[in-house]
Amino acid sequence: MGDVIGIGAAPKRKEDQRFLTGRGNYVSDIKRAGMTAGVFIRSPHAHAVLRGIDKSAALAAPGVIAVLTGDDVAADGLGSLPCGWGISDAKGVPMKEPPFPMLAQGKVRFVGDLVAFVVAETVEQANVAAELVEVDYEVLSSVVGVLDAVRPGAPQLFDDVPSNICCDWELGDKAAVETAFQKAAHVAKLSLTNNRLIGNPMEPRAAIAEYEPGTDRYTLWSTSQFPHVVRFLMGALVLKIPQHKLRVVAPDVGGGFGVKQFHYGEEAVITWAAKRVMRPIKWVASRSEGYVSDRHGRDHVTEAELALDENGKFLALRVKTLANMGGYLSTFGPNIPTNLYGPLLGGVYTTPAIYCNVKVVFTNTVPVDAYRGAGRPEATFVVERIVDVAASEMGIDRVELRRRNMIPKEAYPYQTPVLVQYDSGDPVGCLDGALVAGDVKNFGARKAASERKGKFRGLGFSTYVEACGLAPSRFAGRLGARGGLYESATVRVHPAGQVTVLIGTHNHGQGHETTFAQIVSDKLGVPFDNVDIVFGDTDRVQFGMGTYGSRSLVVGGAALSKAADKVIVKGKKIAAHLLEASEQDIQFEAGKFSVAGTDRIKTFEEIAGAAYVPHDYPLEVLEPGLEEQAYYDPVNFTYPGGCHIAEVEIDPETGTVTLVNYTAVDDVGTVINPMIVEGQLHGGIVQGVGQALYENAVYDETSGQLVSGSLMDYCMPRADHMPMMKVETHSTLCTHTPMGVKGCGEVGTIGSPAAVINAVVDALSHLGVTHVDMPATPNRIWRLIQNASVPIAAE
Amino acid sequence: MKAFAYHQPGQIPEAAKLLAAEPDSKLVAGGMTLIPTLKQRLASPPALIDLSKLPGLKGCTDNDATITIGAMTTHAEVAKSSLVRARIPALAALASQIGDPSVRNRGTICGSVANNDPAADYPAGVLGLAATIITNEREIAADNFFRGLFETALKPGEIITAVRFPVPLLAGYAKFKAPASRYALVGVFVAKFRDGVRVAVTGAGPGVFRVPPMEHALSQGFDPASIAAIRIDTDNLTSDIHAEADYRAHLVTVMAKRAVQAALSERPAS
Ligand SMILES: Cc1cc2nc3c(=O)[nH]c(=O)nc-3n(C[C@H](O)[C@H](O)[C@H](O)COP(=O)(O)OP(=O)(O)OC[C@H]3O[C@@H](n4cnc5c(N)ncnc54)[C@H](O)[C@@H]3O)c2cc1C
Repeated sequence: MGDVIGIGAAPKRKEDQRFLTGRGNYVSDIKRAGMTAGVFIRSPHAHAVLRGIDKSAALAAPGVIAVLTGDDVAADGLGSLPCGWGISDAKGVPMKEPPFPMLAQGKVRFVGDLVAFVVAETVEQANVAAELVEVDYEVLSSVVGVLDAVRPGAPQLFDDVPSNICCDWELGDKAAVETAFQKAAHVAKLSLTNNRLIGNPMEPRAAIAEYEPGTDRYTLWSTSQFPHVVRFLMGALVLKIPQHKLRVVAPDVGGGFGVKQFHYGEEAVITWAAKRVMRPIKWVASRSEGYVSDRHGRDHVTEAELALDENGKFLALRVKTLANMGGYLSTFGPNIPTNLYGPLLGGVYTTPAIYCNVKVVFTNTVPVDAYRGAGRPEATFVVERIVDVAASEMGIDRVELRRRNMIPKEAYPYQTPVLVQYDSGDPVGCLDGALVAGDVKNFGARKAASERKGKFRGLGFSTYVEACGLAPSRFAGRLGARGGLYESATVRVHPAGQVTVLIGTHNHGQGHETTFAQIVSDKLGVPFDNVDIVFGDTDRVQFGMGTYGSRSLVVGGAALSKAADKVIVKGKKIAAHLLEASEQDIQFEAGKFSVAGTDRIKTFEEIAGAAYVPHDYPLEVLEPGLEEQAYYDPVNFTYPGGCHIAEVEIDPETGTVTLVNYTAVDDVGTVINPMIVEGQLHGGIVQGVGQALYENAVYDETSGQLVSGSLMDYCMPRADHMPMMKVETHSTLCTHTPMGVKGCGEVGTIGSPAAVINAVVDALSHLGVTHVDMPATPNRIWRLIQNASVPIAAE
Repeated sequence: MKAFAYHQPGQIPEAAKLLAAEPDSKLVAGGMTLIPTLKQRLASPPALIDLSKLPGLKGCTDNDATITIGAMTTHAEVAKSSLVRARIPALAALASQIGDPSVRNRGTICGSVANNDPAADYPAGVLGLAATIITNEREIAADNFFRGLFETALKPGEIITAVRFPVPLLAGYAKFKAPASRYALVGVFVAKFRDGVRVAVTGAGPGVFRVPPMEHALSQGFDPASIAAIRIDTDNLTSDIHAEADYRAHLVTVMAKRAVQAALSERPAS
């Protein structure tokens, strides 16, 4: 029967049994009778007019069933891929929202843009036919970088979007900030770029679509982080399929990191095509296809200024950013560099005035959207870098400067000048914990030892906060969200007392099947093994917004907790009847209902049995069955935070940066499963280190081709890049989530890039280096050393 | 991948005949380079001739002054070979740094040499050690074999059967791995023979090349300091998103010094 395994325990992950024994069920494992193969034709040009598509040779090729293009989409009157957020500028003028057709119409706007879809009996036949489709392009000049895109005379992606600016967004009190700058004793300035990233989940995107004429129903299997949202966006807005006629299944999914939380054109095309050809169709992206079509992340160019008084107190922060949107607006696109960025510029500090201006810019690149952290790593990087710059310019120790400006624990809840109110936190406590865990006091000795080997050693801090648990719907609605951001869960107790949970979040590596089972085991006192978590199927799960933004435990777990509470409430009513006591006298603890002060008890199994075999049951006042559902909409974001310390060693001869120590002390609120939290931290930190040291999506400025379009040229972080990490938690409890949880999925990615770059700059500071752009590649570091204002002593 | 015929001949002449039978047919050794190009549809040979069943193409043999490595010997076998480790440890070290374990367990020495990828490791070892490429038709000196980007002296239909390496007094290999691919961004092989020193560089340019000024300086004094001030010309060097030409030029000097250091710090067996 197994044991109760509750909150705070660290059982091995339930789902790993099937993953590690090769028994996962991924989209590409699924086979449907009569299944055909689909292949997409993508634009090889960054910007071109589509003059015509000749599909006759392809249609005549063996095995070919259909070749579909943008003209077919237009003829069927289908909708454009919707954007889930509508932001506005300071005057309330809505963002420019040009259509995003599921197959290009008139023009292509990035290398990888969808041009046509070929369906054939086999993948090989589809590939051969795809080569026979003749597309007549009139190549236009293109623009890939934000600075170039807003210059006068830059190529225009859309006729009605002047200067390629989608929205000129702002946040904060500009006048108050200007006044503060006038009073400042010191102003620190920093120009930086936040490098463009590609998520690279292990499993590429894939989809299967099938239409059943008998029931007039469609099924889409997709590698999605949010199947219900795809059902709504694609069904209601693109293909006009009624919600009850469309089933979206996201089975096991091999990693997402945001890349799979958007509604993609491929999903819509394949679903539409399945009905046209009356056969199931499967499409599986190659890694190369993923590079030019999975939504990219980050890509900012920023100017930041921090005003300080003579004691180093922060007076104001001013940030101007150009954010790359790519060729079209993706599902969350414009929300990321605005609402998920500006409000985080307060950091963990008492900065009284903040102003942020973000120009959201179209370019001839893959659309940019959320990637693990989404907006918050960019904000943290700005804040934590400029604090270091200010410290070094004013001659104040970096840790001391942070301390002087940190929000004290007692000051929570804390209202920042940029919309958000932090409910809880203890930045000083995290900092102190990290200083000890990272053995900072002996850094000098380690640095000296490195110097003896001819190496430079540096230490970097990042004391950060993030907003997650996306999101309070009312608040999000005011910011431009076009949907709700609650979550739902059903707790279905079976007659013999086992439990199935149906939840709207999606598990693609986060360990939900374990964490959520622990919550149920804890709350209902049922054995951990008796709880199964069902997700990822719109026909089975009532509703859900999916998994992203560190929301699954915070929002989904809260819905689950509420649903479990409802089960207990009903169980008490049943127990009161069976035990002939008043409902108020029934207590529930450790899986047993008892009459207070007596030894009369009913077990959870007995109550479940009574609910389904209601012979002795208050049928007049109570429905049989034991199944409860709850929706939960958070009242606020949650604000995990912490202190990350990176220690690097640099080989001045080659410019190679080696991360030698990494310490993270994070406040993630209540920890349900410490092993999973640690794993999430590890993965997040590695991705942040990847951004800081290795990863870079590079476009050729002339051709608009993605130069880093494969694993040969896009450097992913690997195990041997990493030292053993020290990961600890220093938690304060969230005051508004049911279990005090704050979320931990993104913290690693948010805290780490600034810590690593601050360490690199520290290691090079004796040469006069004040900033290093990401990624800090050997070539870049070598060049900085070559150009150093302070020459290195001769070898 | 497009459809192709697959042959697994048992004798070298038969393999040569099959190769000549249809133009654009390809030999397949470990397949670590060829199969990905087929999968990406960059090549579509009508036939593949698998070398794995040909006799006598595997293993390392000792001929006193030279070591001969059979065409189909994998990188892992060279890395582990007690003979190579004893006689030319730098070559075993080179093989051990190629790719990852699965690549080393499949990829072969002659697949790598025939392919002549500008960032591959073996070309530096073969050229640095003045090896001889043995084919079913003739013997080709390394100096005449590598002809720039993916080009070699091999004629259509020619099959490499082995590579013969002279045993040096000392040798060392230093590789600066390209961050993403882990091929050589710059790899330098240095070998000291009785009659002089050879320095071969891979990764830095469109093909493996020697550095005569370094060879000269090291022949005078086999010490990293002898070449510390030698900077190679950036003219023919590669510039890409990972490394600009001047950085590659700088790395050639750094890696050459490290290769000399590695050569000096290992215990020569003879
Ligand atoms: C992930 C990965 C990482 C890698 N990293 C590195 C690295 O760090 N350093 C490095 O040097 N290499 C690297 N490689 C390449 C690897 O070493 C290959 O194994 C090698 O380049 C080709 O060897 P193969 O036996 O697989 O040849 P195949 O792929 O079978 O053949 C390659 C070419 O050589 C021809 N050929 C093969 N054998 C003969 C022969 N006997 N005579 C004539 N022609 C022949 C074939 O026709 C074909 O054109 C890597 C490869 C991969 C996939």
